Amino acid sequence: MASQPIPFFDRVDDALHDGSLQTALGRATGRFIANRGNAFAALESADDLRTSARAIRAHALAHLDELLIKLSDTVESRGGHVCWAEDAESARRYIVDLAKARGVQMIVKSKSMASEEIHLNHALEEAQFHVVETDLGEFIIQLAGETPSHIIAPSIHKTREQVRDLFVEHLNMIPTDDIPTMAGTARTELRQRFLHADMGISGVNFGVANEGAIVIVENEGNARLTTTAPRIHVAVMGIERVCEKLEDLGVLLQVLARSATGQRLSVYTSILSGPRRPGETDGPEEFHLVLLDNGRSRILSEQYAEALMCIRCGACLNVCPVYQAIGGHAYGSVYPGPIGAVLSPLLQPDLPEVEKLPHASSLCGACQEACPVGIAIPDMLLRLRADAVVAGKTQAIEQIAIGGWKQMMMNPTLFRTGGKLAAFGTRLLGRNGSVDWLPPPFNQWTKSRAFPQFAEKSFTELWEERQKQSQK
Amino acid sequence: MPAPHRQATLFVSCLVDQIYPQIGMAAVDLLERHGVEVHVPKGLTCCGQMAFNAGFRDDARVVAGRTLEILRGQGDVVLPSGSCTSMIRHLYHELFKGTAHEAAADDLVGRTYELTEYLVDVLGVTDVGARFDGRITYHDACHGLRFLGLEQQARTLLNGVEQAELVPLQGCDECCGFGGLFAIKMADISEAMLKRKVAAIEASGADLLVLGDVSCMIQIAGGLKKAGSKVRTRHIAEVLANRVGER
Repeated sequence: MASQPIPFFDRVDDALHDGSLQTALGRATGRFIANRGNAFAALESADDLRTSARAIRAHALAHLDELLIKLSDTVESRGGHVCWAEDAESARRYIVDLAKARGVQMIVKSKSMASEEIHLNHALEEAQFHVVETDLGEFIIQLAGETPSHIIAPSIHKTREQVRDLFVEHLNMIPTDDIPTMAGTARTELRQRFLHADMGISGVNFGVANEGAIVIVENEGNARLTTTAPRIHVAVMGIERVCEKLEDLGVLLQVLARSATGQRLSVYTSILSGPRRPGETDGPEEFHLVLLDNGRSRILSEQYAEALMCIRCGACLNVCPVYQAIGGHAYGSVYPGPIGAVLSPLLQPDLPEVEKLPHASSLCGACQEACPVGIAIPDMLLRLRADAVVAGKTQAIEQIAIGGWKQMMMNPTLFRTGGKLAAFGTRLLGRNGSVDWLPPPFNQWTKSRAFPQFAEKSFTELWEERQKQSQK
Repeated sequence: MPAPHRQATLFVSCLVDQIYPQIGMAAVDLLERHGVEVHVPKGLTCCGQMAFNAGFRDDARVVAGRTLEILRGQGDVVLPSGSCTSMIRHLYHELFKGTAHEAAADDLVGRTYELTEYLVDVLGVTDVGARFDGRITYHDACHGLRFLGLEQQARTLLNGVEQAELVPLQGCDECCGFGGLFAIKMADISEAMLKRKVAAIEASGADLLVLGDVSCMIQIAGGLKKAGSKVRTRHIAEVLANRVGER
């Protein structure tokens, strides 16, 4: 499914020239980076914690089959139902059919990137269900008719002024920029939805195999309501998000909260195990866990397995200078930012222009440095680029340029001659050591920077002269 | 000059060879001044990074394989570039894995050093006897910083420069937006990143921006020039070898 029909470079151009977006991104990513920095600085050994987190994730991936079977068994033993969804379509179908079979009318949702990945809202709305997003950020973008532009902060691209206008238009709010008032308006609206919903759909931060439990962290309390107030709870979980035991959460929840928002722990941590049992006063009548593969087991078998360690904290987005410049929508994929540039070609290979995403990186490595589980994102971007070349997804001009480069680098005489030509050319075009204009495609360079003139004498020549002199 | 007590091979990189040969000569000066006999094998061109980063691994392997052959048995290899050093140290293993060159690549990885790393960590130098009258600020090139873990080496050496005042650069560890072909393919994003860098450099009050990678230097110096800035950009080797005024 094409999320946006606008070409990649037009989206980038729009983003770079969108004043509100630039303001919103600057404010939010700056705040996220500072909070995360403080949260990790407060630890005695941040590196140890991250090493432990990586080990737990690696262990889970290495034993994914066993852990998932265990999770499925324990969930069922607690009265829950498990759907093994091989792809997006089977996940959607299971949930839509379930809602139909149970006579559901109103559905509330808490934040879930997995549900975005399978375009669940679209399928539910097409089947005539009323779906309401209850995470404040998701609620905002649902009103705006948009998709999330950040993994944990879906409306990060919106300024508070834009949110005010949306609430005035859709919720009849009296115009104000006061955030508590705006949040109160949303809360009043949402409270009614929770009370009337028949089904709650959530994501899953971690599934705990030994306990048959799922863990959801949040700061608003909406996920707790979504998973407990309606009579049916459906949780959508990417199969890689499993861990073995409750003790693992001691590490995972810490790195998640610190990396995502800079909190020591999120405000609400819900560990949910199955439907309401006899004698209990809370919880849904039915619990369904949808285990979503959708390409993950294929990724696990490839050189990109490490990408499945991702715990969706969003830290790599915040620190990425490319994400900071263009925001999430320009990527055009469900998952934006550095990890999105890795996951999208793997999860959404048919997305138009998806092969461009691994090139939307200067390979600066800030993502890997910020990643709480140390995913080697730059290395994977490089592999994806190589895959695209092998698959023939490159422009002719690039192939020619690389071919020419190779000839030159393989032959020192040619290399030297090429340098002489470049020195002549850049001297013709520029002066005082630099060139202000180069012909296409290098005009892409000179439109915003000067280019240096090549040297009249190369280092090799200077060195040879020096060697000759010292021999005299 | 002390009597040479070690030998090293200098691999200046393609960009230094053709665009900034002074940086190569400055590196020669520095190494010789600290008792290193410098060798420059004939025919060295490029580490292969450009093609590798563009995804053309077969082409990169051919060029890098040639470089590998030239550097075989050449002892310590020193490069005045964090980026090329990182290509060899961090990526040659993956590039040559399962090929006839695998052992040679792994051998080279273990004896390849970035220049400031070699001076400080191998030779134990902290003061090279340089002098610069003015304010210096330092940009951490990404590959040296994050893939080689170089952060203090350059600062240690710059702190030893007489008369120079080392002033902080806001966001010194943020990418300048070069990224090889990224600067051409994603020119507008690269430009947005460059503008932030240029603004930070201007705000630092420095007379001289110093860095350890020629690729970032082409980008940042080009951006400063376009912005009409008076701040000059020099490679750390030029500063340490007292060759700032030579170009």
